[in-house]
Amino acid sequence: MRKQSKFHLVIIFLSGVALLFIIAPLAGLMFSSSISQLTETVSDKEVQNSIYLTLSTAFFATVVFSIAGIPLAYILARKEFPGKRIVSGIIDLPVVIPHTAAGIAILGIISRDSLVGKAAGTLGLDFIGNPVGISIAMAFVSVPFLLNAARDGFASVPVRLEKAALNLGASPVRVFFTISLPLAKRNIISGAIMMFARGMSEFGAVVIIAYHPMITPVLIYERFGAFGLKYAQPVAVIFVLVSLLFFIVLRMIAGRKTE
Amino acid sequence: MLDVKNISLDFAGFSLKDISFGVGEGEYFVLLGKSGAGKSLILEIIAGLVNPDKGKVILDGKEITGVPIQKRQVGIVFQDYAIFPHLSVKENICYPLKAKHISREAREKTVNELAGKMGISGLLHRKPATLSGGELQRAALARTLTLKPKILLLDEPLSSLDVELRQDMRNILRKLNKEGQTIIHITHDYEEAVALAGKVGIIHNGEIIQTGTIKEVFHKPKSKFVANLTGVRNFYNAKINSDKKAILENKIEISTLPIVDNTKEGFVFFRSEDVVISCDRIDSSLTNSFKGTILNVIPAVGGVEIVVDAGIIVSAYVTEQSVENLGLTEGKDVWVSFKAVAVRFIGR
Repeated sequence: MRKQSKFHLVIIFLSGVALLFIIAPLAGLMFSSSISQLTETVSDKEVQNSIYLTLSTAFFATVVFSIAGIPLAYILARKEFPGKRIVSGIIDLPVVIPHTAAGIAILGIISRDSLVGKAAGTLGLDFIGNPVGISIAMAFVSVPFLLNAARDGFASVPVRLEKAALNLGASPVRVFFTISLPLAKRNIISGAIMMFARGMSEFGAVVIIAYHPMITPVLIYERFGAFGLKYAQPVAVIFVLVSLLFFIVLRMIAGRKTE
Repeated sequence: MLDVKNISLDFAGFSLKDISFGVGEGEYFVLLGKSGAGKSLILEIIAGLVNPDKGKVILDGKEITGVPIQKRQVGIVFQDYAIFPHLSVKENICYPLKAKHISREAREKTVNELAGKMGISGLLHRKPATLSGGELQRAALARTLTLKPKILLLDEPLSSLDVELRQDMRNILRKLNKEGQTIIHITHDYEEAVALAGKVGIIHNGEIIQTGTIKEVFHKPKSKFVANLTGVRNFYNAKINSDKKAILENKIEISTLPIVDNTKEGFVFFRSEDVVISCDRIDSSLTNSFKGTILNVIPAVGGVEIVVDAGIIVSAYVTEQSVENLGLTEGKDVWVSFKAVAVRFIGR
């Protein structure tokens, strides 16, 4: 009995250390800047623009690549084909490779000298230093969250319900949009929220594609490099708060919708 | 109407072998077999959910073996109902109509009509999660019927219902069939076959071993398996005279327990093991006693089956010792007796 309670004490202590490890730096950050510094930073046009750019590029990346990624998630959940395990492994690659390397890889594909870059160039579009390029970099590193969640969502829809719908005369397209997709919705939305959050916080891959225009993570890095810790802290605080706010609001909307 | 021809299928650790049967327009066909016999698979092949390795499914003279599920006009009600959990009962029933460009009023009318027939009019706006099994099943049945399928396939529709609901559902199915709906119904329970079937097919280990009317199969089982599955040889058309009397085959009257069934006609059966054979009439609690002549003495596993003509044909199951002691041989006059409590009645 006594031994067990000692064991419990150790567990509680270690849990506390782990929690503190996450909370302490963030809490420290929150109290690092004075209110006047924060209000000054909020009204800084450069900061405002960077936050707007970050949110919009992450949102654009999430919407476009969600739509593009859902069919793949569906196929992975429903069909058996040779090499399926390899494909599943490939999906996770962007999460495990260093993000600067991911940035370099993307740059190789969309740079002005590449095939894609040249094709885009003839349309007058240049990905480098462009919000579209930023979105692509964000999507690359964050799309696995969506794909995995959507695949799990589709896998949890009983095949029998799809067959029942077919039996009721529905075309496969209608079955997908009226049965499979609505029933997998909860997973897809929570995957999309994770993708958005991950994309918004990306630094490594984005900084290689576009230093300018500046998303907030790059701005924080720049202020730190050029002016030091004290100047980077207020921007970091504001961006953390914005991220938290979006994360909580999206979760709440998603929670209400699926009830 | 429907012809299933030489269907074979090898499934993981299981196979269907050369399945053939036909179902006529308006017929109520019951496929009877133990669980794991391949019954559900046959329904899924007819509905197109599973493709057979060999054989054909022909509906109204047209082969539909390769036709996609959604174009077969064959409705299936699954054992687990497969109600769409994210749609209300009404939206579930409407589901097949939504894609058909049918006017809103026509849809409403169909839904209300079917819901009324199934007794679920009060549940239309509920979500499936709040419904009982019996209610879900009615919703599923209504949903399948909206398209007026040429054939209605039912996978064990009564097995998970309690006694009272089962009786209600039997009545619904009977009524549907009377209105002309062709039905294939699979079950492991011979009572369901007795209560509903026009024709039965007995399936065992992936093979159909006998088909025929319910009486043909019960009276002349083609194999020991069929005899065991049906379990009864003493099986008769019956009319209820009063609440404790029944007339069998318009010939003899027997005593029964009080009969609660609303229907006055149906079948009566009792097991061969419950029949006593004696040389003279005996005074006892055996309320039913009839004199007859032994038609046949058939050795069976662990005993002997004695077939007696006592106005109706009665089968009794006795030990070899009794055969010797009583001197039971063909042509001998004996009494057959059985208790009223051994008699079961199933209404039609």
